[in-house]
Amino acid sequence: MASVFSGAPPQGGPGYSFSQTRIATSSGIREHSFYPYTDNGGSTLGVSGADFTILAGDTRSTSGYNINTRYAPKLFKIGGEGPDGTGARIVLSVVGFAADGDALKERLDTIVKMYKYQHGKPMSVAACAQRLSHILYNKRFFPYYVHAILGGLDEEGRGALYSYDPVGSYEREQCRAAGAAASLIMPFLDNQVNFKNQYIPGSGVGHALEQRVPEPLPRKDVEELVKDAFTSAVERHIEVGDGLQMMIITKEGIQETFSELKKD
Amino acid sequence: MNHLPQAWGRPRDDVYGAYDASHLQTSGPQQHTQSPIVTGTSVVAVKFKDGVVIAADNLASYGSLARFTDVKRLRKFNSQVVVGFGGDVSDMQYLDRLLSSLDIRENYSTTETPLNAKNLHTYLSKVMYKRRSDFNPLWNHILVAGLEHENKPFLASVDLLGTTFSSPTLATGFGAHLAQPILRRVVPDEATVESVSREQAVALVKECMKVLFYRDARSLDKYSIAVVTKDGIDLKEDEKLESQSWAFAEGIRGYGTQVN
Repeated sequence: MASVFSGAPPQGGPGYSFSQTRIATSSGIREHSFYPYTDNGGSTLGVSGADFTILAGDTRSTSGYNINTRYAPKLFKIGGEGPDGTGARIVLSVVGFAADGDALKERLDTIVKMYKYQHGKPMSVAACAQRLSHILYNKRFFPYYVHAILGGLDEEGRGALYSYDPVGSYEREQCRAAGAAASLIMPFLDNQVNFKNQYIPGSGVGHALEQRVPEPLPRKDVEELVKDAFTSAVERHIEVGDGLQMMIITKEGIQETFSELKKD
Repeated sequence: MNHLPQAWGRPRDDVYGAYDASHLQTSGPQQHTQSPIVTGTSVVAVKFKDGVVIAADNLASYGSLARFTDVKRLRKFNSQVVVGFGGDVSDMQYLDRLLSSLDIRENYSTTETPLNAKNLHTYLSKVMYKRRSDFNPLWNHILVAGLEHENKPFLASVDLLGTTFSSPTLATGFGAHLAQPILRRVVPDEATVESVSREQAVALVKECMKVLFYRDARSLDKYSIAVVTKDGIDLKEDEKLESQSWAFAEGIRGYGTQVN
C-alpha cells in the first residue's frame, strides 16, 4: 500500500520535470533513410572483332516508371581532345547509376589525358583497362554502382574488350552485355558470337557432336547483331528504348552512329 | 489530466505509448538531413526556338499544410540563367546563398565570359554529387534553364543524388507524372524545339501549371514564370492562374456526395 503514495512518478511514464526524465537508451543505431544509389536503367553491349571493337548502348534514362529523357548517352570517348573527344582511341560504356557513371567517366578521362601529357604517348588499352579496375577497387567500400565495359584496339591492332563489375573485377572478352537487359542479350550473344550450343551437323550423335568453332565476325555482321539484340531487348524490357548509340573503334579512329529505337 | 506537468498538453502515454526518447540523443554518430521538411512541389520547363520557359508555384508546404504561400522558387543568376528548385526549401535557400557568393566571385574575377546555363548546371551537379557522396544530401530536384554557347537553348536537371539529364521538356516532382506528358505531346524531341514559338511555349507551361493545380494537392494558383532568351530574363513572380474551369468536377463520379 505504501508504494501507491510514494509520490514517485510511475515507471516509464512522464516525470515531474523534463530534466528528471530518464532518456531511454535507443535500441541500436537509428536507421538512415537516405539511400545514395538509384538505377537509371538502360543496357549496353560490346563485341570485339579481328580489327575493330563495337560498343553500343540505348539512350533512355529512367527513374522508376518515369522516363527522364530519351537521349542520355552511355558511351564516352576517353582521352580525346575538347568536348567532342577528337583523337580518342578508347571508349567507355557505363550502365547502372548514372551519376556514378558520369563521375567514373570523368576520372578515367582525366587520367588518360594526364598520361598522354606526362609520357608523350597515348595510353594503351591494356593499361587503361587495369587503371579502371584500380579506380573501381579503390572505392570498394562505397562503390561506383555501374557495370563498365571498355573497348579499343590492343597493341597488335586487334579488337580489345574489357568488362567490369562495380568493385573492379575485370576480364578481357569477345563480347559482353550489361545493364537492365543483360540477361536478355547475353545468351543471344553467347550463341551468335561464341557459337555456344551450335554443333557441326552430322559430326556425330549425342555427346560425340562437335562444337562449332568460334571465329571473329566481320564488322557488318556484328553491327546487325547489335541492332537485333537491342530491338529485341526493347520489346521485352521497359527500361530499354528510345535510341541506339554505337561507337565503332578501328585503326582509323572512332566512328559514332545513332539510330532510333521504339519509344514506347 | 494528471499531476505530472510534463504530461500536460501532450499525447497520453497510456493511449499513444511513451515518447520515443531516442530522438533526444546528444551523442552518437553525426546525423544529417534524412528527409525534407518544408518543401516546394513541381518545377516545369520547356525549350523553344530562342530560349527556355520555366515555371514553379509560390507555395512552400509543411507536410500537407500550405505553410508559406509567397516563396519564390525561381532564381535568376547573372541575367542569363534561371534556376528552379523543387524539394526542401531550406536547402534551396542554402544553394541560393551559394550561388550568390559564386556570382560575386565571378563579378570580381577577370574572366570575360560570364557563366552560362551549362556551366552553372555543371557546378550545381558537382555540389549535389559531393553532398550525396558525403551522405549529407541537399534534398532538391533542380532545373537549370538558360542558354549555352552560340545562344542555343539549354535545359537540364540535377537531383539530390547528383543524377543529371537534359531534355527539351523537363518537370520535377508531381510534374514528372502530370506535366511531362502534356509537354512531350507538343515538344516530343530536340528537332521540334526549332518550330516552337515563345508564345506557344508560355501557353504550354501555363496549361501545365493549371493541370498541376487541379490535381496536385500541394500546389498553389500563384506561381512564378520566367522566359530566358538572348535578350535577357523576363521573370514574373506574382502570376495568378487564369481561366480555371472546374466544370470537369461535375463529371467525376464514384466518390464524394453522389454515389453513382
